Amino acid sequence: MLELVSQMFSYGFLNRALLVGTLVALCAALLGVSLVLKRYSMIGDGLSHVGFGALSVAMAMQLAPLAVAAPVVVLAAFLLLRISENSRIKGDAAIALIASSSLAIGVIVTSLTSGMNTDVYGYLFGSILAMGAGDVAASVVLSAAVLVLFVLFYNKIFAITFDEAFAQATGVNARGYNLLIALLTAVTIVVGMRIMGAMLISSLIIFPALTAMRVCRSFKGVVITSALVSVVCFFCGMVASFAFSTPAGASIVVANLSAFLLFALVGALRGKLPG
Amino acid sequence: MALISCKGVSLRYENRLAVEDASFEIEAGDYVCIVGENGSGKSTLLKGLLGLKSPDAGSISYGDGLEQRMIGYLPQQTVVQKDFPASVYEVVLSGCLNRRGMRPFYSPAERQIAGRNIERLSIGGLRKKSYRDLSGGQQQRVLLARALCATEKLLLLDEPVTGLDPVVTAELYALIRQLNREGVTVVMVSHDIVCAVHNAGKILHMGTGVLFYGRAEDYPDSEVGRRFLGGDHHA
Repeated sequence: MLELVSQMFSYGFLNRALLVGTLVALCAALLGVSLVLKRYSMIGDGLSHVGFGALSVAMAMQLAPLAVAAPVVVLAAFLLLRISENSRIKGDAAIALIASSSLAIGVIVTSLTSGMNTDVYGYLFGSILAMGAGDVAASVVLSAAVLVLFVLFYNKIFAITFDEAFAQATGVNARGYNLLIALLTAVTIVVGMRIMGAMLISSLIIFPALTAMRVCRSFKGVVITSALVSVVCFFCGMVASFAFSTPAGASIVVANLSAFLLFALVGALRGKLPG
Repeated sequence: MALISCKGVSLRYENRLAVEDASFEIEAGDYVCIVGENGSGKSTLLKGLLGLKSPDAGSISYGDGLEQRMIGYLPQQTVVQKDFPASVYEVVLSGCLNRRGMRPFYSPAERQIAGRNIERLSIGGLRKKSYRDLSGGQQQRVLLARALCATEKLLLLDEPVTGLDPVVTAELYALIRQLNREGVTVVMVSHDIVCAVHNAGKILHMGTGVLFYGRAEDYPDSEVGRRFLGGDHHA
């Protein structure tokens, strides 16, 4: 086992993927707690599809993928949030429309230019080879920004997640913070989807939060557990991917699924105990 | 100087005028119950008082050193809260948010305020419990403690007894009355008109405009009160 891990670290591209992936897993888990509790889980899924569309277009036009995808996904995040806030339009249906449309446009653009090749496969299901040195620097800066902002605004994020009306009444700019959460989520997805793939990145946001909620009773407990679970599952998934030559993104999702089932079992057993 | 004075206030709800030309004053120490039929503008008026909606016409002003963000608000429960993993202490402490401005973390003084209000509403035993594991009445006490963290002066309650059984409802009313006696001004939106008349000091009956505003004792004898209470004189 130890040998396997040390072997992993001897590859430069794996080191880069591990570094960026760990940071993304951490960010996604933190933001996921708020998104899941606010019933915004689908936004993460919708954004990743938009991200795929943007990446495909960027590739077709031979532009830097991050530079194109980041602003497009951030814009989409604001749009999706606006739709969800407006109760007269059914938010989930609108998100599904935007998601599948972006996917379709992405697929058409790619098939017209380079054709459906391994790059497209990589965007859809992730590739640990995707990380160049420049991407690593950008990803580290973006992830660090997400982490710092989350810690600074932790108490406000809690208040808004728990009770938006109360937070607003006490003078918190709830809309502003919702936008901030959407912005941070968009950035996390853009950075993470290179490794995880557009189809699988949303699991990184949703799974750890749900897993932590099986057993934790306080918000702080959920946030911390969610972050730990996410990072541990990411690492286990990467090791499994290396050992069994399975796709990295899918392995990480399966690791998260296992953790979820384990925690659900613990939660159910604890619920049965008296007291 | 009145705590809150509304002068000719009109408020919109989805392009419809829900409150029209409402004028009234709420004095410090009052216990005002806002009643009225569905769609009579009660909730919209409450949003206006909280500053969540700005009036289309007229003005809402605060006196006695009351600031808008220093109002303790008890909103109706949302679906999100029903299974929310947060400890009682975390929820109550979040009531101190308006004291902090841009400072990111709570100070020891604010933690003390939260602790005091937990004791004040006798939920000390629940401090570490998860909000989602509490009964409806306990959850309302927690939210009331949070509201008290935000204010010393004014509580705004939106249908606080919805979904509670009669015993817990009576307890909550007693608690609110006690807080009022301790000097907290209470403004409550309620469907429960009979209880409102028994508990509140003043009744504000809304029907887009102000149909009745005065002492609770006088309300049953007023024309609108007779009609609403289902007395002898049906319209």
